[in-house]
Amino acid sequence: MTVKELMDLHLYELVNEGENTDREISTPYCCDLLSIAMSSAPEGGIWFTVMANLNTLAVAALTETACIVLAHNASLDEGALAKAKSEGITVFRTELPVFDAAVLFYERVKNASV
Amino acid sequence: MSSSLRFEYQVSGEDFTRAGEASSDIKHKLKQMGVNPTAVRKVAIAMYEGEINMVIHGGGGEILVDILPDKIVMDLIDHGPGIADIDLAMQEGYSTAPDQIRSLGFGAGMGLPNMKKYSDEMDIFSTVGEGTTVHMVVNF
Repeated sequence: MTVKELMDLHLYELVNEGENTDREISTPYCCDLLSIAMSSAPEGGIWFTVMANLNTLAVAALTETACIVLAHNASLDEGALAKAKSEGITVFRTELPVFDAAVLFYERVKNASV
Repeated sequence: MSSSLRFEYQVSGEDFTRAGEASSDIKHKLKQMGVNPTAVRKVAIAMYEGEINMVIHGGGGEILVDILPDKIVMDLIDHGPGIADIDLAMQEGYSTAPDQIRSLGFGAGMGLPNMKKYSDEMDIFSTVGEGTTVHMVVNF
């Protein structure tokens, strides 16, 4: 599934449409500790987290994350949103907890591939 | 690439939110130069962790980056309090970061181990009361 295809599914609220939305999403990844995400976030992954600060965007950019889903309705402040725009990162938001949000994505991908 | 290039960055010790600007800039430069993506990712992650450390612990400082035909060499220099026990600091999970930093998702004691993991060579030179220099090399 590409980032654009995920946007079209409207599973999550779109906060920022980034660049390269034709990019294929590699794998879901859940982590709230940026130090861990820095070393482990998969390239091209969809990252589910409640951490919504400027550094989240920096880590996503450096690890080449395809898109971010902010769980529990976590929201970006003005500076973080500006960073998402400048780095061209697609960011979604959902009221779901991290696990439920990731499972929602996983089920859609699994069903689409059957 | 046939010649070496040097880039110098000043890292503010006061603005945590700006940490990552130097590594982000280098990442973009390396991508423009056509360096292989694996090496770019290694450099970006290792240098970002170093930048974060410089802001949290070192009071800011200077980063010198030399791009050579076969490798990139990074020297991260601060004049902070220094590291009393480098072996202890290298252990995953050991951290002296304040609560404010932890609340932002850092301070898990992964910084130096991540830098070692993502660089091909790493040396730490530190004197208590004078500062720390971290030397890292990533081969292309």
